[in-house]
Amino acid sequence: MSDATIPRPLIASGEIAVSGVSKNYGSGHLTKEVVRDCTFTIERGKLTVMIGPSGCGKSTLIRLLAGFEQPSSGTIKIDGEPITGPSRERLVVFQETALFPWMSTYDNIMFGPRARGEVTAQTKEFAEFLLNKVGLQEFRKKYPTQLSGGMQRRAELARAMINNPTVMILDEPFRGLDAMTKELMWEYYAGLVEESGRTNFFVTTDIDEAVFLADRLLIMSNIPTQVRAVLEVDLPRPRKLSDMVTSDRANAIKTEALSILHEEAMKSFSRGSKAASDFVEAYSKRSAKA
Amino acid sequence: MATHKLSAQSAVRGAFSILAFLLLWELGSRSTQWIGADIFSPLRELLGGLGFKKTYLPWVGAIPAPTEVLAAWAGVIGDAGYWQSWYKSVFRVLAGFITAMLIGIPFGLLLAVNRTAFGIGFPVFEVLRPIPPLAWVPASIIFWPTQEMSIAFVTFLGAFYTIVINVVGGAKSIDQRYFQAAQSMGSSKWDIFKRIILPGTLPSIMVGSAVGMGITWEVVVAAEMISGGGSSTGGTGGGGLGFFIWNSYVGGSYQQIVVGMISIGIAGFFSSELLRALGKYVTPWLRLR
Repeated sequence: MSDATIPRPLIASGEIAVSGVSKNYGSGHLTKEVVRDCTFTIERGKLTVMIGPSGCGKSTLIRLLAGFEQPSSGTIKIDGEPITGPSRERLVVFQETALFPWMSTYDNIMFGPRARGEVTAQTKEFAEFLLNKVGLQEFRKKYPTQLSGGMQRRAELARAMINNPTVMILDEPFRGLDAMTKELMWEYYAGLVEESGRTNFFVTTDIDEAVFLADRLLIMSNIPTQVRAVLEVDLPRPRKLSDMVTSDRANAIKTEALSILHEEAMKSFSRGSKAASDFVEAYSKRSAKA
Repeated sequence: MATHKLSAQSAVRGAFSILAFLLLWELGSRSTQWIGADIFSPLRELLGGLGFKKTYLPWVGAIPAPTEVLAAWAGVIGDAGYWQSWYKSVFRVLAGFITAMLIGIPFGLLLAVNRTAFGIGFPVFEVLRPIPPLAWVPASIIFWPTQEMSIAFVTFLGAFYTIVINVVGGAKSIDQRYFQAAQSMGSSKWDIFKRIILPGTLPSIMVGSAVGMGITWEVVVAAEMISGGGSSTGGTGGGGLGFFIWNSYVGGSYQQIVVGMISIGIAGFFSSELLRALGKYVTPWLRLR
């Protein structure tokens, strides 16, 4: 059963168009502009990765895409329809883990179907299939705190996939995992995406992660967030980490992305950001090596 | 298996620590007999010279020894009055505590989920909360028709505030992402309440209950001391372990005071154990960390 593939979304849909979106918080002279006139497309069936300096407003954009908040101006449309609120068609996999601690792995995965009263033989079978797919069959009765970090992320992916969303939105889902687990998760996640053909939107601050996963790479500016550049990552799939290390094309894309990011990081560095100063330091070490 | 071994080990340690405590206490009580009371006389004279009315130094020798307490205990253990005191205090604690949970948990949840309810209810609650339950005793006696009801009410207050404040705090500190995730997956408001807010608040409910239970015992004993004995005066109220202690003091039976104190200690210990067991049962995901 684990050899079977993930059911594809029934209709080839899930194209999100963000046009002229701004988001401000507060009012009067305390207004903070977090997102400014942002325009981009999350293409149907592709894995779009957004990368930008820490604290640049990426998480705000995710809340807008998920429908938890509304933009101050501009529009966000999915397949031509404006986004008005949260929906199962756009599910978010959060930073760290957002599994419900009081539910077992299985109950977490079945949360969506139960919430909508869709507990049928079919959804139960799908839950079993997903448990196998993410390798948590033996951990179905365990609580999230009993799972390792990698298992928690896989459980969360399964919890989202059972709802068969048209778009999966991932907010730095592998942050905080150790380097080895993280790389395993990249290959694993890339495999899921390649299989499902679903639209994925993945936010990260990790350039290696971004280039390995992306079909399209959106590079964001410092706060207020704007799209600085869009790179097409035309590397062959399925991707393997071992190939990526030796691929000249991958390295060229990485270098290009880094130089744009470096410029942006310098800006936030000059504004006194600790994260940016770490990045600048790491970048200069990397360039010295190259 | 490992946890079983561990609990056996800690039981042995617990028994040893209690035995050591009793031994030190016994030795302390007898110390005056051995070293003689005269050893302190120069100090007493000094205190008297300084103008102290009571030329007495605090010393464990004044406290009855555990063996004496045990003897006194053996004397009352067959006495129906002693068990009546137990029954009355336990009944009041349970009645006050269970009422506090029945009213406090829904009230706390209401304050947490409803902005309007919070706006109306919380300010009043916050003004009443700092008033110690014991300050309610006179008003409570005037208000309630029977003494029993006024004691039960004061006991209820002891647990009520703690439970409510913990429920409100617990429900409000549930991670925002849980709500967002549930909402995205199609949860209705009722579903979110049932499957997110309720289980998310349970750990705080248990913490509030444990603290509330402790306060309940403090309050019931003090209220019993204030309200005095009922059974001897013919009323239905009064009595209880608090009155047992007070009565022993008035009657000059110091061993019985300690019997009463230890009785409350034992009752409190079992109340906490009961709550801990309940907590483990209703929040199974917490013991696995």
